[in-house]
Formats: sequence, C-alpha cells, structure tokens
Amino acid sequence: MATYGDGRRVAIVAGVRTPFAKAGTALKSISAIDLGKLCVAELLQRTNLDGKEVQGLVFGTVIPSVLAPNIAREVSLMPQLPKGVQAYTVSRACASANQAITDAADQIALGHLDVAIAGGSESLSNIPILHSPRFAETLLLASKAKSLPARLRIFGRVRPKDLVPIAPAIAEPSTGETMGQSAEKMAKLNSISREEQDHFALRSHRLAAAGTADGRLTAEIMPVYIPPKFESVLTSDNGIREDTSYEQLAALKPVFDRKYGSVTAGNSSPLTDGSAAVLLMNEEKAKALGYPTLGIIRSYAYAALDPGEQLLQAPVLAAPVALRRAGLALKDMDLVEMHEAFAAQVLSNLQGFESQYWAQRAGFSQPVGEVDRAKLNVMGGSIAIGHPFGATGARIMTTLLNELRRRGGQFGLMTVCAAGGMGFAMVVERTQ
Amino acid sequence: MSSTTEVTIGGLVGTRWKPALSVEMTDGIAVITFDLPNESVNKLSRAVKDEFVALVARLERDTTVQGAVLISGKPDVWIAGADIEEFLQLKTAADAERLSRDGQMLLDSIERMRIPIVAAIHGACLGGGLETALACRYRIATDHPKTILGLPEVQLGLIPGAGGTQRLPRRVGLTQALDLILTGKHVRAQKAVKIGLVDELVHPSILRSVAIARAREVAEGRRKSERGGGGLKGFVLEGNPAGRALVLRKAREQTLAKSRGHYPALIAAIEAVAAGYDRGTAHGFREESRLFGEMAMTDVSRQLIFLFFATNELKKDPGVEPAHYPNLPVSAFEPLPVEKLAIIGAGFMGAGIASIAVQHGSLVRLKDADHARVAKGYAAVRDVLKERLTRKQITRVQYSDYMALLGGTVDYTGFGNVDLVIEAVFEDLAIKHQVLRETEAVISPTAIFASNTSTIPIAQIAQASSRPERVLGMHFFSPVHKMPLLEVITTAETHPQVTATAVTYGKKLGKTVIVVNDGPGFYVNRILSPYLNEAAILLDQGVAVDLIDKAIVDFGFPVGPITLVDEVGLDVATKAGKIMADAFPERMQPAKSIQAVVAAGRYGRKSKKGFYTYDKEGKKGDVDPSVYGLFLAPGSIPVAPSIVTEHASEPAGPPEMSSVQIQQRTVLAMLNEAVRCLADGIIRSPRDGDVGAVFGIGFPPFRGGPFRYMDTLGIQIVVQRLEDLNARFPGRFEPADMLLEMARRRQSFYSDERS
Repeated sequence: MATYGDGRRVAIVAGVRTPFAKAGTALKSISAIDLGKLCVAELLQRTNLDGKEVQGLVFGTVIPSVLAPNIAREVSLMPQLPKGVQAYTVSRACASANQAITDAADQIALGHLDVAIAGGSESLSNIPILHSPRFAETLLLASKAKSLPARLRIFGRVRPKDLVPIAPAIAEPSTGETMGQSAEKMAKLNSISREEQDHFALRSHRLAAAGTADGRLTAEIMPVYIPPKFESVLTSDNGIREDTSYEQLAALKPVFDRKYGSVTAGNSSPLTDGSAAVLLMNEEKAKALGYPTLGIIRSYAYAALDPGEQLLQAPVLAAPVALRRAGLALKDMDLVEMHEAFAAQVLSNLQGFESQYWAQRAGFSQPVGEVDRAKLNVMGGSIAIGHPFGATGARIMTTLLNELRRRGGQFGLMTVCAAGGMGFAMVVERTQ
Repeated sequence: MSSTTEVTIGGLVGTRWKPALSVEMTDGIAVITFDLPNESVNKLSRAVKDEFVALVARLERDTTVQGAVLISGKPDVWIAGADIEEFLQLKTAADAERLSRDGQMLLDSIERMRIPIVAAIHGACLGGGLETALACRYRIATDHPKTILGLPEVQLGLIPGAGGTQRLPRRVGLTQALDLILTGKHVRAQKAVKIGLVDELVHPSILRSVAIARAREVAEGRRKSERGGGGLKGFVLEGNPAGRALVLRKAREQTLAKSRGHYPALIAAIEAVAAGYDRGTAHGFREESRLFGEMAMTDVSRQLIFLFFATNELKKDPGVEPAHYPNLPVSAFEPLPVEKLAIIGAGFMGAGIASIAVQHGSLVRLKDADHARVAKGYAAVRDVLKERLTRKQITRVQYSDYMALLGGTVDYTGFGNVDLVIEAVFEDLAIKHQVLRETEAVISPTAIFASNTSTIPIAQIAQASSRPERVLGMHFFSPVHKMPLLEVITTAETHPQVTATAVTYGKKLGKTVIVVNDGPGFYVNRILSPYLNEAAILLDQGVAVDLIDKAIVDFGFPVGPITLVDEVGLDVATKAGKIMADAFPERMQPAKSIQAVVAAGRYGRKSKKGFYTYDKEGKKGDVDPSVYGLFLAPGSIPVAPSIVTEHASEPAGPPEMSSVQIQQRTVLAMLNEAVRCLADGIIRSPRDGDVGAVFGIGFPPFRGGPFRYMDTLGIQIVVQRLEDLNARFPGRFEPADMLLEMARRRQSFYSDERS
C-alpha cells in the first residue's frame, strides 16, 4: 500500500497547543474561540510562517457556542490570516480534532489546498446553559404577545421547576448512558480490575510529569498570559499530579457505580479547557517554503459500532484498517499514542487489539497484536494531561511526531475513541 | 487625467488652468465638487476663494437653480482648512485682518444666498472647512472614522478667522464651542451630530443622493437645520447674558491658569466669542478679524507654524541622503517592509513600542527573560488599548485584533521571520551585547537590529555585531504611545537602507522621526543632561525644589526638571548622568544632590519616594522636606532665595535667586549643548534640533525650539549670557565655538521667511 495522498504527500510541519487546564481553573476566563485564536496565532509565530500562506483552517469542537457555531471561522478572523481563508468546523466527539486534521489533509491530498491549519478548541468552563423547553417556549410566546397584560398572562404559566437550567450532559443521546457508565460497563465486560485501572492512571501521571519536567511535553505548549489582567501565566498542564500515588488513587470512590464500580475520577480524564493545532502542508510546498517537516500522514481510518454495546471500543476496529492501508503492522510501530478517556477504555482497547474476536469483528483473520507498553503513551495521556474534547486529537498528533523525532523512530500509530461508538486510527511516518 | 505632462507653477497648471470647483446640475440642484488640482487635500486659498465668489454669483443669477450641494472630490478630505503657506506671506496685521474679512464676506454671501447650500461632508472638515460648513444651510456628514470636524487654529497660535468664533457658539452652544475652539480638538461624526454640529449622519455611499434630496427639501421649506444648545443646562448657563458672562469669565480664568499666558490666541478667541454676544454678531465678526490679524503677527504663531511645517517636512523626509553614497544604486535607499517586529524587553518601553506596533498592523514577538515580565508587558499593552477602547477610539474587534498580533515568549522562537528587532533591555552594555549576539544567531541576515537605548552609543553596542551595517538606534520616548518623537541613530557603519527602513517604519507608527548621528546621549538626552544637571546644582546650592520646577514650568516646559527626574527615576537618571559625565567631564559632572538622594534609595515615583511625596497609588504630592537633609548642611533651610556657600569651588550666588536666573542657567545649558550637537554633526539641521527638543523634551513649542529661541533672543545675547555665567561657574557655560563664530558674523540659525 502506498502512502495516503496519491503522490501528494501530506506533511505535518509543526504543532502547538495551549496548556490544558482543568475546567473552572486557570483558563476559565477564555472562550473556546479565544483559546483557538491564541493557539493558531502562536503556531504562526513559532513557525515563522507568513499568515498569507495559509489557505484553510479546520477546527473541531464538541460543545460549540450557540452564538458562534462555526468556531473555525471565528478563529480564522485574526489580522495575521487572510480573510479569504476557508474555515469550517467539524464535530466527531472526542475525535473532532482528528476529523479536522484528516479533512484538511484530504483537501491537501486532493490538491485543493497547499497549506492548512487544523486542530480544535474546547472550553468546558464556558458551556452553554439552556432553559427548560417549557420556559423557552414561554419566552417565545411572550415575545409574540401584543400587549403587556397578554405577556404577563403567558409568564403566569411558568412554574419554579421550569426555571431550572439545563447543562449539556456527557451522555449518549441514543442510549442515555453517560460516558462514565459506558466505561464502567466496559470494565465489567472486559474484566478490567480497579487495580489495573489505577495503576494505569498512575502511569499516565508519572510519565506526563516526567515529560513536563524534562521539557519534552512543554516544548509543544505555548504560555498563555491570562486575560483580562495578565497578572498570571499558565505554561504547563495543570491537571498532572506528579505527587499522586497508587494509594491515593485507590482510595477514591467509584463515581458511576458506587456499589460494584471501578471507574473513579482518578482513573478518568478530567473536564478540561484548551486548544491545539497543527500546521499541514503539501510536502512539496513545505520544501518550496524551506520548512523541514515532522512527518507525513501514512494512512488513517475511522470505524464505529453500536453505542449501546461498548461505546469506546471502536479504535480496535479502526486501527487494523489504518495499518493495512499503511501497509504496515503493529510491530513496525515505534510509538503508539492512545487517547485515554478512561483507564478502563484504554485497557479494553489494548485487550481488543490482542483479541481474535475483535479481529474478526474488524474483518481481519489475525489480531493487531500486543502493544509494547514501553512504546505506549510514553509521556502519559489524557487522564493526566487533560482532555479538551475538540482539541485532544491535535495534541496527540503533535506529541507523537515530536517524540518519534526525538527517538529517531520511523512509524507511529495513534488511536482515539469517541462518543457515538466511534473510533479513529492514524499511521504517521517521520520524514528525513 | 490628460496625458500631457503638467507643470505646476504656483498652483497653476501649465498649458491649461484647472478649476478647483466644478458644478453638475441634477434636476435643479447644483452639485458643487471641490477637488483642488495637484493636491492630495482640499485647502482654501485665495485662488479657491475667488472661484467661490464667482460661483456664488453665478448660482445666484441662475434662476433654474433651486439649491446646491457642496461635496469633496478627495477620497477622505472634505476641506482640511486654509492654505497655511499663504499665512506666511502676511506681512502686517492689516494684511491678515483683510484675509480674514475676505473669508468672512464669502461665507456671509453663502449664508445669505437665495438658494440653500447643503454641506455633504466626508473626511476631514477642519478650520476654514468647518467654518464653510457652518455657513451652509444644512450639514450632512458620513458615519465614517475619517470624518472629523474641528477648529484647530489655536494650535497654530491663531483663532478661527472666517466666522468660526461667531457661528460655532450659535450652532452648538457657548460651552461646547469654547471647548472646541480652545483645545483645537476634532470630533468624530457621531459626536458632531450629538452636539448639533451636523444635522444628520449617513453612510458614505448615499451621501450625495441624500444631500441632493435635502437641498431640495430645504429649498422648498420642508426641512430646516435644527440647532443644538445643550438642553436645560445649556439654557440656564448660556441662554441669558448673566449665564454667558459666567461661562466666559470661567473660561478666561482657566485658560490663563493653564496656558500661563504663553498662548495669547486662547484669550483672543474667547474675546472674539464674547464680542459677538456683547454687541452683536456684526461686531463679533469685526473683532474676530481684528484679533486674527493681531494673532497672525505674534511670535507664538510664527513659531507654531514653523513647527507645523517642520513636522510636515519630516513626514516626507526619507532620512537618508543618496548624494552621500555616490556608489550605491537607487534601490539601496528603498526602505524594506517591516511586517513582523521582535521586541526584547517587555518593560515599560518595550511594551509601549508593542502597543503602537500592533495598532499599525505589525505582528509582534515580545520577549523577556521570564514569563512574569512578559505578562506585565501584556498588561501594559492591554492598558493602552483598553484606554482607546473606553474612549471609543477603537472598536472591540480592533482591540481583539491588536491583542491577537502580540505573541509573548521567553526564548527566541518566532524570531526567524522578523524584519526588525528592537531591544529595550536594561541599560547595560554587557547585557546588550549578549542580546545582540543571541539575536543575530536566530534572525535572518537581512533583519535589522535596533537598540532603544537612551544613552549608550550605538557604535559600542554594534561592536558585538557580525553585521554592524544592520545595527542602529531607535530611541522612543516614554510613554511611547503618547510621545510623538522618535530618534533614529545611525553609526558610521549603518547602511542607508537600514536607516530608511527605520525612518519609514517610525513614521508608520505615527512618530515624527529625526535622524541623528551616534554619540553619548544622541541628541535629546545630550541636551537634556546639562539642563537637568544644572537644576540639580541649583539644589546643591540650596534653591528649593519647587522654586526650580515652578520657574521652568513658567518658562513653558510641561514639567519642571526635578519632577522630571522623579518621573524618569533617579536610578535611571544617575546611570545616564554617569555616561554623560564620562563623555563630557568638563561640563556634566553630576550634582551632589541627586547622588545623595539616589544613595538614600529614593528613586522617585517608582519607589514612591523622591524629591516629592507620593501616595499609595503613586500620585504626586508636595516636595518632601526630608529630602534637603540628604544633601544640604545640617540646619540650613532651603528657602527660595538662600544660597548655601559650602561649595568652596563655586562662588556663592546672589542672595536673591529669581525665576529668570533659574531659567537662564538651566535653559542656556541646554541651548549651548544643542549648538554643540549641531556643530558635532549629531543633528542634521537646526530644524531637527528644534523638532527633537519640542517633541522629545517638551521644549516650549511657542518658542519654536532651542535654535528658534536663540534666533529670537539674538545669538550675541546668548553668547553674552553664557559668558557671564561661565565667569561665575567656569567650565559649565563655555559658549560653543559655533555660537562665538555666529555672533562674530552676526548670523542666525534660520534665515528664511519663516524665522
């Protein structure tokens, strides 16, 4: 199998992200749009790229602002980018940034674009809070009322419970199951123990802390000077707990099944604010502009299954397809980056890679294989670093390529699970 | 445009004379387009006035014309005002008065025309332009940022001379009119309609059609211009003679207190306004003309007009003289584009430069040693932009766009594509060398490195450079977003293209740029140094702090020298003072007082303790009496006249130290040094020296600048006074050789019409 792009190879030039901050903390005053602007502006600054070269900007977001649903366009409207940039927003739950990247990459592979920015942004500190349907209906009726008494009459129907606001829940609209409940179910179905989950979470924090301390992780993080007063600055992810211990994690109460459950706040990814973006170019264009590239996209694949089954297991279906499209096998991979929504999900996915059953489900005779833990999420993952839904895919891509370069590796595999029973996998190849 | 080559001679176009006014009839409405040939803006000259007179007569005769519209053919200017060049040709007050009367008569005839004229205003409507609009029967302005209205005459030491002092108060009310006339400020269209200066706002694309419709409506009596008047408050204050008298009296008092009598036009303007209320507008118009004539002959006006032309000349000055480089091709003088700017040092200066750069569309990389300092820089940029936002000078979108252009860093990422680097780090040569080396390692070979040092010679900084031809100084003044001057400092090695780029970019940032040669203190700080030093020596000798400051403010500086030192910071001042003393030991030895105060850890405002007291917010209070104990003999009380005689080397001063003596000692030290700068080739011309002192230090503008002031005094007088002082304080007041030579030859610095 040839590299994706039919000769027009898609190169990744660079990636930058804001620090990831737990929702309600350091970045809470910054909207998802402004986080995206900060990130894209810094990407342009760091890469020394003249904004006029950028032709497209695709951004992912999961909980968009009702007032500005096309976040990509708002982000693109900064003075350093031409107003003619094609900018649109994609949504594929936690794989939204991946969708943004593959959309932009497809446009480059098609020859429609030469230079594009893709990524995502999420501010879970700034989610829209909705009125109840009954109160919303009342407001609409009142706005159409002709007189004040008529308007007051309409408001008279409102009952106290109608005034309770509704915050979007991270639940499946189809099954009503929350993501945590799904993870809990997967832990039980796949016999993932509480101990295994806590050990995995601990590993995530330890590795992320090490990557932060030695600067490998912070190399791709921009400082965010916090508006409006700029009295503080955030330079690294604030959810990483270098001092956490197995005992501390083991002491946490399960959240989703208090009696028999094993999924805790400690072995799940936290609600997070942040933005991440990568700069993509047609490989020839990158050469012409004199840019060294981090790597190229070798292949990618999406997959999905019934969300009522194992909501976060679809990476197991996507990965073998991506590997086949790349003409490569798991053993060829120098690094594997797997999105960590929950420790239970990662461990279920890893189990699935080794399983004949899931191989057959994916249409393969042989399983993907056992992932060498020494190559897996070597600087931790979303459990420690955090998970701004729309941005995570771009973070993982940047980390994978930068670390491949540091290690002198050639191939990397990344997978991301997403709500709706969806999964994503991509194979990248380091260039030069 | 015709394809034949046009030769301009005194406003006339060769072969064919082109009118400034053209008329197009639209269904009974005459649309008059004002489009001054061969000029970028419309100005009211004698020639244009003659055309107007003829046109008015023609329209009056033509009974098919029902109304008229006056519109501009220039993109963003309606009428920018009178042709100031013509003012320079006025020899007597009677000449000037006649010019004013002629203007008044024209506008009077417009006001009284059979048909109404509607002013359709887009762009600058200033001075005579606004006076013209006020004489029209109806005013429409475009809701556009380029549309501004005002009467800036006082900024040139004049008063509105074509009826502005009479028509404006009757249109917008007395208080509002005085505010506009006495500040010379302009208002935007939104504000203009609010105060009743214009009748309505429209989008530029429909200005013409709406104006035509309004002309017809006014002609048919279906529409009338409504006057503003300031509501109930306006009526109580201004609707009756007693209220008006009160407003006028207050205005006189405040103006005198604020201007300290240095700007006679301000009082003249009030008198002209008052005359119209006292004895009717006919009398008011006559008084306006008379006072205009009087003001046009004042030295103040001549100096302010000189500065106006000097800054205009500098706007066109590329900063390099190709004739000095016969071996270089023309392309070597073309300024390079500056799209991305790196600023090293996010302190007050660095952030200040960033704040104006982003507003002019530059991408800025702001670097400092740690994130906390960069964050402070962000906050400082934000403060500047936020203030503009609050004042509605920029929109929310502009605010966020400008902030988006700023990128902070603590390393050299993002320097790869910068066109210009400006360092504003600590004033320490070793640090500057380190920064220069680090920067040159990461920037492109064509990028320019500029130092914002205020005292360290650029050549010394450039010693660390591998490409000294791309190194120069860009000395901004604090606060950067307010101070209009930029000193561009070149060394012998600076490439002219580098100079041209820095000059062009400085102008793009809205600065008045003077190019100066390298040397300790360059120009502005070099002349400032002996002046501040002399003030400090006066302190040594027991003259009170406030007495010195008051004398200098009376002279016309915005702040006194001791206040200035407190503002700048005594640490900074002494550090700079040492560099100057090393360079010019014979006349810039630091005074005892400043050394003693800084040694006591009192740095001025920044440490909330200096010569003056400061409250917690840093607001300045009175002189801190404890300061005298730091440098005066115990028990001696610094009263105004007392001179302490402890300096054995210096003879005691006279028992009385008058304001004039303080002014002479400090200012003469500055004047003498300015001449040395000219003689040493630090500045290119007296003009640059004058502009630099006025815009960089606040040298009294009504005195024109150090060189203009010396011309006014007479060079021989200057030399005489210097020699007298030098006899008492040997060394410090040795007259510059150039002055002696000029005195001998009875020369002056300026010989042209404008002196």
